[in-house]
Amino acid sequence: MAGVLTDREQASGSVGATAPGGAPSGSGSRGDTPAPGRRPGRLGRPGRLGRPGRGMSRMRRNDLFWAAVFILPTLLGLVVFYLWPVVRTLLISFTETGPFGGSEFVGLANYRELFGDARLWGTMLNTLKFTVVALLGIPVALVIAALLSTEGLRGVRIYRALYFLPVVTMPAAVGLIWRTLYNGDVGVINALLGLVGIEGTNWLSNPATALYAIAAVGIWLSLGTQIVIFLAAIQGVPKDLYEAAALDGAGRIRQFWSITLPQISPSVFFISVLAVIGALQTFDLIFVMTGPTNPAYPQTETIVAQFYQRGFVENQQGYAAAIALVILVVIVAVTALQFRLQKKWVHYV
Amino acid sequence: MRRTSTLAATAVLTPLLVLGLAACGQSTGGATADAQPESGPVTISYGIWDKNQMPAMQKIADEFHAANPNVTVKIQVTPFKQYFTTLQTAAAGGGAPDVFWMNGPNVKLYAANQQLLPLDQTISRAKLDLAKYPEALVDLYTYDGKRYGIPKDFDTIGVWYNKGLFDAKKLAYPKDDWTWADFQSAARALTDKTKGVYGAAAPVEDQAGFYDTIPSAGGQVIDAAGTKSGFDSPEALQGIEFWTSLVKDGASPTVQQMTDTSPGDMFKAGKVAMYWNGSWAAVEYNGVPELKDAVNVAPVPAGPKGQVSVIHGLGNVIYAKTKHQDAAQKFVGFLGGERAAQIQADAGAVIPAYEGTQEAWVKAMPQFNLKAYVDEVATAVPYPASKNTKAWTTLQTDLLTKVWNGEVDAATGLKDLATQMNAALAKEK
Repeated sequence: MAGVLTDREQASGSVGATAPGGAPSGSGSRGDTPAPGRRPGRLGRPGRLGRPGRGMSRMRRNDLFWAAVFILPTLLGLVVFYLWPVVRTLLISFTETGPFGGSEFVGLANYRELFGDARLWGTMLNTLKFTVVALLGIPVALVIAALLSTEGLRGVRIYRALYFLPVVTMPAAVGLIWRTLYNGDVGVINALLGLVGIEGTNWLSNPATALYAIAAVGIWLSLGTQIVIFLAAIQGVPKDLYEAAALDGAGRIRQFWSITLPQISPSVFFISVLAVIGALQTFDLIFVMTGPTNPAYPQTETIVAQFYQRGFVENQQGYAAAIALVILVVIVAVTALQFRLQKKWVHYV
Repeated sequence: MRRTSTLAATAVLTPLLVLGLAACGQSTGGATADAQPESGPVTISYGIWDKNQMPAMQKIADEFHAANPNVTVKIQVTPFKQYFTTLQTAAAGGGAPDVFWMNGPNVKLYAANQQLLPLDQTISRAKLDLAKYPEALVDLYTYDGKRYGIPKDFDTIGVWYNKGLFDAKKLAYPKDDWTWADFQSAARALTDKTKGVYGAAAPVEDQAGFYDTIPSAGGQVIDAAGTKSGFDSPEALQGIEFWTSLVKDGASPTVQQMTDTSPGDMFKAGKVAMYWNGSWAAVEYNGVPELKDAVNVAPVPAGPKGQVSVIHGLGNVIYAKTKHQDAAQKFVGFLGGERAAQIQADAGAVIPAYEGTQEAWVKAMPQFNLKAYVDEVATAVPYPASKNTKAWTTLQTDLLTKVWNGEVDAATGLKDLATQMNAALAKEK
């Protein structure tokens, strides 16, 4: 765990160096912890802080004070905006809460209803499909990053900016644009397919294609972040390894599999954790690109969309809170599983 | 140094004290039955969702202020998509606007949860005559025998048609007394596959769709008490098949096509010849130069039980926890009067609910047969609603989409819908 964190720090550290201003959006909270860097300062080593006690020097107490001052704003924000809502959600999930507040304790009734809710399990299945498809984006990002880091390639900055553009675009706007692209009658995609003699479909309202059409947009949206992080990781691989491999007669593809991939595996792991969490929380694209009147809605509705429906449309906030907690448990479980499996394939140098 | 800290303490404490006092004032205000007139100027907020109606609403607020110099009305516009989510959160936190717009699907939810002020006092103080508004609308805003909203405007449903597409097939335009059979045969005759033109659009649409055809067939969506579903009746089946047969015969685009491109857009693009739409559409079509003289409107066609449109309208309501009950009551009284209705009619955006002021709206766009909308009021049925309307309209959309799409046959789908809807209604109690 600690090793992973350090690597995440390294990855984002070098991102900051190569692409100023383009720090990955998914790593906000880390900016507040004191960065250990390569030569950890005094604050970076928890062991040296010791326990506050009588024997502590004046300087250390001073350090401790300032550490607290720096941590406090973040901690406060975290407690108010993250921790407290989680606790509230847990409490609400044991109640039947009215649309205007006022609740009644119902024990585990919401959870009992939840396990018999066929629709909810359907949305869970959809969400898992989304997640699997989202993971397919990672190899794509890897290949693009590897190609972009080719020695002597011109215009890397431009490509990087182009791939990163969707990341800084509003998902709602992206959803609207893609909706018109996917349109069955007047969409650009079907027009292009028509040129080569393929008859397209109503991509977003055909139950067989809708989920994959939306997941593809999801991949397109997150590709930028992934590429930038992979690029940074690839640039951090020591050059002498490649030189040695070249001397031993390894080609570029062999170098990728035997040097690049193992060397950047911590970044791959980091990205896959982020991608899975993001996919399990898919909502905005569903909200914008489909909807209850869409015949493909039962095939695309995610668990978070169902949470929104129950809590904010049908006014069953207690039940919605129970769904939210199930989502939390699933995400924690899947992430824990990933951390367990990573020992088998992630190499820390 | 000492001075500044004292100052700082005062600065922090004063608002707290004021807040505390305000809280006291609020609790005593809620306890008294009569609204106490306040001395000194007050500002009340008025929550609305339609930006297009802002000029008319501002004019009403200004005239009200001129007559009541002590009360200033501040209008807050929230787009409809967020309006009810925002309002609900604000109401739960005790901070909803003093006066706001309400609609049919939501009024009973708010009334049953004590978020709205009963308006008996408002009505008697402003001497409002409820007979001046369409009865179906007064009923829509009545819960448990009490009035909670004063009808502001109304909308009924009509059939818009593209004159050019009728001319191309040498068909006569719909007459005011046309029937279901006329509509169905026209829809099929107007369909032209080679040009990608459909005779009608039959989307999974309630208000401008099966909420009209089910009562036209003699059925109902929900019983008058709002406790039992009417979807499992043979009449409801007739009202639904009116639409699904159009899709089946290819006289309407498929559900998938209408999901990708809204049927309203297809109508505006001349790809759909007849499109059911509310009276609110008149302003929109009037504003598009290519449509202004190319389309017109007819009343809904008569079904087995005659010509029946659903009527819906907004109501002005008062927040139960308002701190300015007296001013809010005066303002809602003014909003319910003839003068406010006249201002709305002149603006042309909506049909005012007040009797006799509709003429100005009809005349505002003379090229359209807008009288059709106003005449429908006589036989119109109220918008189906219950305490938690959205719980079953969700089921309605889910299950009827399957029926439209042919996944489930209509009779089975409707029976399922009625069963699930009754279960949802049973939970409301």
